[in-house]
Amino acid sequence: MDTMSNWHERLVRKTTRPTLVTTYRYWVWLAFLVAVFANGVFQYSKQWSNGLYVTDMRDRISWGLYITAFVFFIGISHAGTLISAILRASKATWRAPITRMAELITAVALIVGASFVLIDMGRPERIFNVFRYGRWQSPIMWDVMAITTYLTASVIYLYAPMIPDLALYRDRLSNKVGVARRFFYETVALNWRALPSQVRLLGKAITIMMLIIMPIAVSVHTVVSWIFSMTLRVGWNTSIFGVLFVAGAIFSGVATLILVMAVLRRIYHWEEYLTPKHFLYLGYLLAAFAGFMIYVNINEFLTSGFKLEEEGEFAFRQLFVDDFALMFWFYIIGGLLTPITLMLFRRTRTIAGVVVAAVLVDIAMFFERYFIVVTGLRVPLMPYEPASYSPTFVEWSIFVAGIALFLLLITIALKVLPMFAIWEMTEEHERNVAREPIPILQGAHEGGGDGAPESPPDVERLAEGGVS
Amino acid sequence: MSKRPETAESPPEPRREVPIPLNGVDRRTVLKYIGLGAIGAVPLVASTQLMDGLVSDVVAGPESVDETAQSGSAKTQSTRVRQWTMIIDLARCDGCQSQGTAPQCTLACIEGHFAPQPMEWIEVYEAELAGGGTQFIPTPCQQCENPPCVKVCPVGATFSTPEGVVLIDQDRCIGCRICMAACPYDRRFFNWGTPPIPPEALLADYNPEQQTPATRGTVMKCDFCPETVRGGTLPFCVQACPQDAIWYGDFEEDIATNGRQIVKATELISERNGYRLKEHLGTQPRVYYLPGHGEDVGRDPEDEGRMPTEWPWIERAEGAVTWTR
Repeated sequence: MDTMSNWHERLVRKTTRPTLVTTYRYWVWLAFLVAVFANGVFQYSKQWSNGLYVTDMRDRISWGLYITAFVFFIGISHAGTLISAILRASKATWRAPITRMAELITAVALIVGASFVLIDMGRPERIFNVFRYGRWQSPIMWDVMAITTYLTASVIYLYAPMIPDLALYRDRLSNKVGVARRFFYETVALNWRALPSQVRLLGKAITIMMLIIMPIAVSVHTVVSWIFSMTLRVGWNTSIFGVLFVAGAIFSGVATLILVMAVLRRIYHWEEYLTPKHFLYLGYLLAAFAGFMIYVNINEFLTSGFKLEEEGEFAFRQLFVDDFALMFWFYIIGGLLTPITLMLFRRTRTIAGVVVAAVLVDIAMFFERYFIVVTGLRVPLMPYEPASYSPTFVEWSIFVAGIALFLLLITIALKVLPMFAIWEMTEEHERNVAREPIPILQGAHEGGGDGAPESPPDVERLAEGGVS
Repeated sequence: MSKRPETAESPPEPRREVPIPLNGVDRRTVLKYIGLGAIGAVPLVASTQLMDGLVSDVVAGPESVDETAQSGSAKTQSTRVRQWTMIIDLARCDGCQSQGTAPQCTLACIEGHFAPQPMEWIEVYEAELAGGGTQFIPTPCQQCENPPCVKVCPVGATFSTPEGVVLIDQDRCIGCRICMAACPYDRRFFNWGTPPIPPEALLADYNPEQQTPATRGTVMKCDFCPETVRGGTLPFCVQACPQDAIWYGDFEEDIATNGRQIVKATELISERNGYRLKEHLGTQPRVYYLPGHGEDVGRDPEDEGRMPTEWPWIERAEGAVTWTR
């Protein structure tokens, strides 16, 4: 059995691996992402010089893939903050290894999401008009305020708990990394020496940010939904949109976190820290949110479908049976019912099962954002034939470049930032060791990394056979 | 119907000086109408023949209008603020079937404003009637007094004037298009590419009441021609309608004209059962409709279809691309 210092040494060695070791695969992957991103930039240059003409958006369906991407990525950004803040607030001890990744996803997804607003603008060079002439009555301004606040808060909330880890990197890695990163660690570690006063201050700061960030996160996607529900469009004109968007945001955020965790775990062999229990718990969270989404959707569709006012029939028809039926039913069956089903049965309650559920949820939530934006605009307002919209190559390229940017920022962060809250994990481990004089008799480190006195029997079973 | 509607929101700040094209004859004609309204000699739409006689008398009558009223400000000398309105008589609209052309209101608007293809700022929709057959509905911007588009604009680029007109400042518009999502009448148009306009349009001095020249990446729509009217000319669509189906007027003075007759606007609306589009939305449009399907000009409701709109200068619009709505 490990001694404490052995455990800690191994933790530091394993978690700093991405920072210290750069394989050729990393470079290939980086080059691939840069290429995809560069293609997006190139396609955007066409849009810059020709206008939004290069998209398939037109007067009647005047928002499309870009706004979908905006809503989708801002949604994903709810992974981090909410998960990490809620779990921190509820003192869920198993959170320690996943909070950093979750918070990183938040910051990165926000940057990508916000840039899609700029990409969608007809006159991006006039963005500063928003500050010069901004009207606080406009839902767009609410978005500008909410997202900038959220980005600021998320970056602080990512950074504050990272300071002790950055200090660790400064102390342990300085002679192993180049000048640039050494300087970076020395600067951003803010002279952290784990002095009692520093620890107290940091604890306070994290608690305050945790409390502040929860209402901000909720407000952000509520306000995003208000861009739609503040209009008189059938399908958008509903008070449940705020709830639907926030729930969907956390839902897709959790799914994205699961995927990032699964990939990194595989590549860097972090099985000891990202245990089946983490996947299982996040899978439960996913299933719970799927259930909640079903409930909200029933609310939304029953209250309008029962009465079927005015263009309601058209709105329902295009969603349930006509043009968007495939997407819609994939969302309902693949994105909402399947994750619940996967989590119901022991056989599928594995890391693989959870990852499958997460993939389905992310695709389904993208579809959901897409059909919310497009079907809302497609309902004819006057006696004319319903318009059609299918994104052009330029739009897809830029969208894919958005995904590439998201992955690129995480890939770069791997080289620079501590991907785990090492100090929190160590604290947690110390607490568990102290609580149990006889260490867990597991031989392998699977599932026992942060001690598992409260693990359900599932977890042990998963630890044996459930590794994807 | 509110006779003295209030404006929803004042413009963000004083705008640049609006140059008024002074076209003597036309200006005087309308100023005369307005002066006539002021002295209360407003005939009703009792008889078209009678009206025609009256109007020709008025046009031939002596100059009675104080020239200082042309100051160019929205206000008349008596500090009145005009409350522009449009009343569209569907009973007289046949979608220009009888003329064998595309709706001439649309064509005149395109000519007058250099509206880029495919923007029909006043678009003639053909709608199904409840009992079969169709009616034509010329649809300009409804100039809502509770305008959903103005409420959502993040930069105040679209705004209501004290005269109750909703305008767009294309120099400020950032092209976010939330106003297009918000408009329940599909009356906003976006310059997706370099707008197809004739070269002469590029010579115009831009102001939000003229919207010329159009610029890429900004939103446009019917501006209700307040500048043209202040200059003494009726809006292009009103002038062009061969059936005199479109009335333009001022609620402040309670007067409306279709270019041939002058009537009391509120009475015209009430006596002919005027209504507004999607009244239940609470947008309070300034455009009223008198029900009908062109019966007053001999159109059969079963007689469907209208000529498509064309943009006469499209070959001359250099470097421009066109798109469909």
